[in-house]
Formats: sequence, C-alpha cells, structure tokens
Amino acid sequence: MVGVVGIAFPKFRLVSTLGAYQDLAKDGLWETTMTTKRMGLSGKPETAAEMAARFDDLHPPYNEMMAMTESNRCLYCYDAPCTTACPTSIDIPAFIRKISTGNPNGAAKTILEENILGGTCARVCPTETLCEQACVCNELEGGPVPIGRLQRYAVDHFMEADKPHPFGRKPSSGKTVAVVGAGPAGLACAHRLAMLGHDAVVFEAKAKAGGLNEYGLAAYKMTNDFAQKEVDFLLEIGGITIQYEQRLGDNLLLADLSRDYDAVFIGIGLGDVNDLGLEGEDKDGIHSAIDFIEEIRQAPDKRDVAVGDNVIVIGGGNTAIDAAVQAKRLGAGEVTLVYRRGAEQMGATDFEQDLAKLNDVIVRYWSMPSGIKGNGKVESMVFEKAELDGGKLMGTGETYEVKADMVLKAVGQKLLPSGLDGIELNRGKLVLDEKFQTTMGGVFAGGDAVASGEDLTVQAVEDGKQAAHAIDQYLSGM
Amino acid sequence: MADLKCTIAGIESINPFWLASAPPTDKKYNVVRAFEAGWGGVVWKTLGIDPPVINVSSRYGVHHDHKRRVMGINNIELITDRPLEVNLQEIREVREEWPDRVIIGSIMAPVEKHYWQDLARQVADAGVHGLELNLGCPHGMCERGMGSAIGQVPEMVEQVTRWVKEAVDIPVFTKLTPNITNILWSAEAAYKGGADAVSLINTVNSIISVDLDQMAPTPTVDGVGTHGGYCGSAVKPIALNMVAEIAKSPDTGNMHISGIGGITDWKDAVEFMTLGSNAVQVCTAAMVYGFRIVEDLIDGMSDWMDEKGYTSVAEFTGAAVPQVKDWNELNMNYDIKAVIDPDQCIECGRCHIACEDTSHQAILMKTREDGGKLFEVVDDECVGCNLCLHVCPVEGCISMKEVSAGKPALTWPEHPLNPMKQAAE
Repeated sequence: MVGVVGIAFPKFRLVSTLGAYQDLAKDGLWETTMTTKRMGLSGKPETAAEMAARFDDLHPPYNEMMAMTESNRCLYCYDAPCTTACPTSIDIPAFIRKISTGNPNGAAKTILEENILGGTCARVCPTETLCEQACVCNELEGGPVPIGRLQRYAVDHFMEADKPHPFGRKPSSGKTVAVVGAGPAGLACAHRLAMLGHDAVVFEAKAKAGGLNEYGLAAYKMTNDFAQKEVDFLLEIGGITIQYEQRLGDNLLLADLSRDYDAVFIGIGLGDVNDLGLEGEDKDGIHSAIDFIEEIRQAPDKRDVAVGDNVIVIGGGNTAIDAAVQAKRLGAGEVTLVYRRGAEQMGATDFEQDLAKLNDVIVRYWSMPSGIKGNGKVESMVFEKAELDGGKLMGTGETYEVKADMVLKAVGQKLLPSGLDGIELNRGKLVLDEKFQTTMGGVFAGGDAVASGEDLTVQAVEDGKQAAHAIDQYLSGM
Repeated sequence: MADLKCTIAGIESINPFWLASAPPTDKKYNVVRAFEAGWGGVVWKTLGIDPPVINVSSRYGVHHDHKRRVMGINNIELITDRPLEVNLQEIREVREEWPDRVIIGSIMAPVEKHYWQDLARQVADAGVHGLELNLGCPHGMCERGMGSAIGQVPEMVEQVTRWVKEAVDIPVFTKLTPNITNILWSAEAAYKGGADAVSLINTVNSIISVDLDQMAPTPTVDGVGTHGGYCGSAVKPIALNMVAEIAKSPDTGNMHISGIGGITDWKDAVEFMTLGSNAVQVCTAAMVYGFRIVEDLIDGMSDWMDEKGYTSVAEFTGAAVPQVKDWNELNMNYDIKAVIDPDQCIECGRCHIACEDTSHQAILMKTREDGGKLFEVVDDECVGCNLCLHVCPVEGCISMKEVSAGKPALTWPEHPLNPMKQAAE
C-alpha cells in the first residue's frame, strides 16, 4: 500500500530510480500524477465557470496523437490477459490495434459488440484492478497500456461521428420482453434482445434512463451528459421503448408483467441504503451519499447544491470517495472520510483513494461511528477506534469527536425488495440459476440486484448481455 | 579514445564519417555547420553543367514506423539548382577555411566525353580531394539521360569513369545505383574504367505511399506524383548486401568502397566497414536529426573499438567479409533450438502465435498452477528459425541454444539427400 507521504509528494517519486518508477506504475500512482492534478480547492467558487471547471473531466479525452502513441505501446498479445480480465471480454488487443492503424470506428465496433455501454465503462471502470492490472506491459518500462482511455477515444470518436448504429437486428421473433430498470444491466439486456430479434419495453422508476450512470457516479467521471447520449445511441437499434416513473411494487406489478410479456428481466440494482444503526440518525444534515451524488449529477449549476462546511463521509467504497471528493470540490471547508478498517481493506481502488487525498480529503482509518451529537441538527460525530482481534473488528474503547454540519453515509446499498414477492432471495439478493432465471419461471435478472453482483457497471452490462441470450433460448423453447 | 583516422582511395580523413552528396551538402553554410559538428568530410551536392536545374515543390515523402519515427525518405529533388561558379567559389572557400576536412565534388553530365571532362577539370581545379561520379539518381535526371540512366548500363559506367580518370589526377569515386539486377556488373565496369573507389548505394527507386484523397503517389506536386529515390534506415540491408558482394568479389580488385545506405548510428557505420567499406557516407539521419548525430558516430565507434581492442579502423575494415558465404557453403548439421526464460517472460503469447500460425507449431501455451501462462518449446518441432526470438518484446527472454555440438560440418553439395550429389557419384 502506498503511504501518505508518497502521495503528498508524487513528483519526488517520479524522478527516483527506475525501480521506484515501475513500482509507481504498478501502484497506479503514475496514472494519478499524470492525469489528475492537485486542485486549489479553497472555498466556494464564485462563478459558474469556476465551479464547472472543478467538475470537468477527471481524465481529459485523448487527442489523436496521444491515442496513437499509447495504442502503439500495446503488444497485441495473443489470448490476451486484459481480455480475460474484462468482465465483458472485449477483444482489447484488436480494438487497440485498430486505433493504431487509424481505424477508430472499427475499434469502437469491436468494443461495442461485447459491451454496448463501452463508453461509460471506459470512463468509470476500475481499470487498474481489471484490464490494466492484467496488462503485460506492467512488467515493462512505462507501465500498463491505458486501455480505459483508449476505449473512450474509440467509442467517443464513433458516437461523435454520427454514424449509423453499428448493429442490426435479426428478423422479428414477435416476442416482447419486459425489462425492469433502465440501468446498465437493463439497457444492455434490452439492446442484446433487440439484436436477437425481440422487442423490449423498459420500465424505469426514475425520470431518466441510465441508472447509476446517470445518477450514481461522480460528475467529473461522466461529463457532458454522456449517460443520456449513450442511452440515445443504444436506442437507435430500434425495438426498445422506455416507460418512465414506473416503480416495481408501486405502480408496476411483477404479476402483470409476467402475464403481459413473453419474459421479464429484472435489473433494478440496489434501491436502498444501509443505515449506521445509531441513535439520532434522523437528525438534519445526515444524508445518504447516493442522494448527495444524485443531486450533484442532476444540478445544471453545481453552485446550487448545498454542502456543509465540515463534512464527514462514512464508508470505504468508491461511492464514499465520489461523495467526499465532490463535497470538497463544491467548496466544503473540511471533508473527513472515516472508514472502520484500514486502507488495504477499502473497497475503493488505490486510484480512488489517491484521488481523495489529492483533493485534500482527510482520511481516518480504523474508526467506527459510535455517536451523533446535535440538537435537531447534526453538530458532530463520535468515533471509536477499532482494531482487528483474531480477524474480528473490535472497538478499543478509545473515542474521538469530529465536528460536522453534514454527514454522508456510504456504508453500502441493499436491494429494495418491494414488488418481488414470490421470488427467492439469499442474503438480500435475488437467487438465480445458471441461466439467469430467478425462482419465478420466465423472470430473469442481473446486475447489482443478484447474488453474484459485483457492484460494477461492467459486470452489470455482462449480466444483461448474457441474460438476453438466456432469454432468447428460453423464448425459442416456448 | 581509439584513432578514427581512415584512408580511402588515398585520401586521408580525420574520421570515416562523411556527409553524402545531397541537400545537406548543397552550400557552404550547411557544409561549415557540418564541419563544426565534427564530420570528417562531405561529398558536395552534385554539380552539373550550367544552366542549373530547376527543382519542384514538394520534394520529400516519408515512410514512418508506428511511433512516427522516420524509417525512410523518398525524394524527387534534382542536383544542385545553383550556378556552377557559385558552388565552386564556396568549395574553394571551405577548402581554405577547413584544411583538415575532405571535400569530394560530385558531378553529373550527359554521356559525352567533353561534358564530363570539362566539368571534372573545373571541379578539380576548385581544390576538391576527389570526384564522385553520380551515376545513380533514379528520378528526374535519368529522364534526361543522366544519373541511373548511365549507371544501369555497365559499358557507360566504364566509359564515363575512364573519361574522368583521363581528365584529372585526383581520386575518382564511381557512385553506383542499386536499381540494377547485379551490382557486380556495374562495380566491375567502374573498376575497368579505372575508378579508385565505388560509392554505394545511391537511392532505391520507389513510390513511398499513395495519398488516398488525391489518389496520387507522394510527395504530390499539384495533384500528381512521380517515383523517387528511397533512402534511410529501411534501405540499409539492401546496401549492406551490395557492399559485401563487391568486397568479396575477386573481379573488383581491391577497389575501395565508400559505404552508403541508411547509416544512422555508430553501429550501422561499423557494420558497413566490417563488410568492406573503407569509410561511410550519411544523409538521411542528418536530415532527420541534424548534424549533431556525428557525436554518437564518433564516440560510439571509438568506444566499441576500445572495448574490442582495435586501435585503428583498418583493423576491422572488411573483418566480416570472409564470413559472408554462399548458401551452399552453410553447415546443414548445425542445429539450434529456442529456449524461453520463464523468469523474463511477460506472457504476451507473441512467440506462441507466431510459431503456431506461421511456423512449426513448436511453442506450446500452457497454464501454470497460479493461473499464469507458461510457454514451452517442443524441441522435436523447433527448426531453429529465430522467429520467436525476433517477435518477443523482451530482449534476452528467448535465446537459441546449439544442440549439434560434435557433429561434423556438412554442406548441401555434400549432403546425402542432394540429388545432384547422387548424380555426380
């Protein structure tokens, strides 16, 4: 694990010996220092432009020269480990080679045929723990090929070129599938069903499609309304309609869908958040990090988003980092990220953890929330120091207090089971057979809501795609 | 530091690095900059008979590698487009200002005795150390009956060389074109004509690329293009072979060779010299990087000589020539097998797929216990072709080990399976 000092002075690391440089590349710090810079985050920006600059692309898109340089570093491996590491099995050497030959549209098709949301995945995938971790160039000087950014270059090039949709549809099967949830799993499923000749009606609880792509990711990862552009692109294939503000268990019933459609796919994600389990959790100023991120994403002018002066974010995943970094960028005076275990146990990738530090987020490890203080409105939180005792996390009895006028909870999400009566759950998630079918016949599922879910956009896309093939088989047997 | 002095065709040079006759040696300004940088000599850009030619715009096309490094340049520029007297005056000045550097005058004329002899005398009178006969330009001038139009006809090569030798008493270099079927024919012709040395290779006739918007060869001139002369590191292998053929031929005597063709660094220069070049000429590398590259040529060669224990360039000039053989002289009992070092392997699979798809299916891809890949050579299938070694991105990861120690040498003419041998018995 990288120490705080190394991150505070990344340039010293860069000019050190080759060995240290290679370590840097492996740690992902090279990427950090090369693509993000410490922002002078002091106070709230005055103008909309200044605020917008704080939420601009975390990784600026490659221009042609950068794409050529980086794509030519790819060794074009055979049976490439990056492809094996990709949950959607994109033929990465093939698409990178196409970029290097001046064929970015061909590259985009190679990406999109395995991952129709390849544009989002290029932006938000934790590539340093997936394809780029597997890249054989980790063993060579220069570190891994920046696969994510090259993927973005190709897909953006294609989408901006205003080309006809790259995929056609098989002859119509006459079948229609209900897809619940227009997040990555549902959209990927609907698109693949359309390719296979089926129609899809997508029911979305919110006012926009995209799921977490639209509502749940840091704004600097999904700039320029990309989530909606991607949905529009995906719908170009035809045969897919989306009905908005249709919430399962509310104005949408599974029984009706099962009756009215030839099959059902559930890709509703995790609609509920975990509580801290503390008294006073309903005090003013205490919010779910998910809601906070959603508010930022939906605000055209980020200056309209209320942020505290002393913000505490509780949790250790990428959502916690997204909330903490964005709170700081909105102009919070002090943002403290508190996690009950150590840096190595954090769900957030090394890159995300470094990003928090580069944005002046204070990170406190081994601390469990133990109390909320304040009269109606939160004023501070008390944490108890924790340690591992025989593998079990135990409080030490030592406590400390952190001042707060805003607390953002990011301690995990859970399935909202409403409307799922009659389907078996295990540990709060949908149980599937090997053909993506729930315990209710003709009802399939995928994404974060299912037991195997990995809380990764790219895994949700793969689930949706594979479930579509399973549904296709199911429909052909009808 | 080793002594880099060399002698070619009787001319002494402080080092074997000369700039070839080309745009970098077109005028005094460039040549002085080259001498300041450390070049031992220049072959002045080819002089012709007045009135001077007129050049077109544009003039160069380039063959890039994947990283946009220049592998080769193709040019359609003609000889000097300045009046002869302007060039001669500048030559006189530089000769006086830089007495320890070599200037060779490159000349070109139609195939008539008086043209060649008059021009040769005029240039010699300017004080050059020697003359180089440009019989090689494959573009433009050949359409006027000069350049490669002469160099491609051995009888004309001999004739022109003889005319010039008769006219002057300074060393004469005949510059050969590679755009022929057998370099020995023109080299032997130069030798018969009395040349003191041959310079080779001139540029290779080429179309370097097609502009797919204009649908025309590049470099384009007002929407169309023409074939040009190709040079740069991409032509080095062609040049090395031609140099070696002349060096080992008994029919070209001990004629000196000025090696030219894609020399970019000191190692290229050493290779040309080990194959029989007494000195070398450089053009493209200087055009791409500037004259300062001579620093690396000088101290790279010098350092290599120190390491190898050579004290003069003559000690290694031609050292590789005896080892250049005909295929029929190769030992068919020599056998090598690929060895892959798993500790250095980065598991890219390139050796496997190259061998599997295009060679002898001699590298197996296996899965290790930890999930990684292991590449294993099947000795029985490996023919020792070196392909895996060359495609491997990690230098030193794949090596070839000899497995034929103790077997007697056996050539194809001696081989029991050679039907010609059986017929002879």
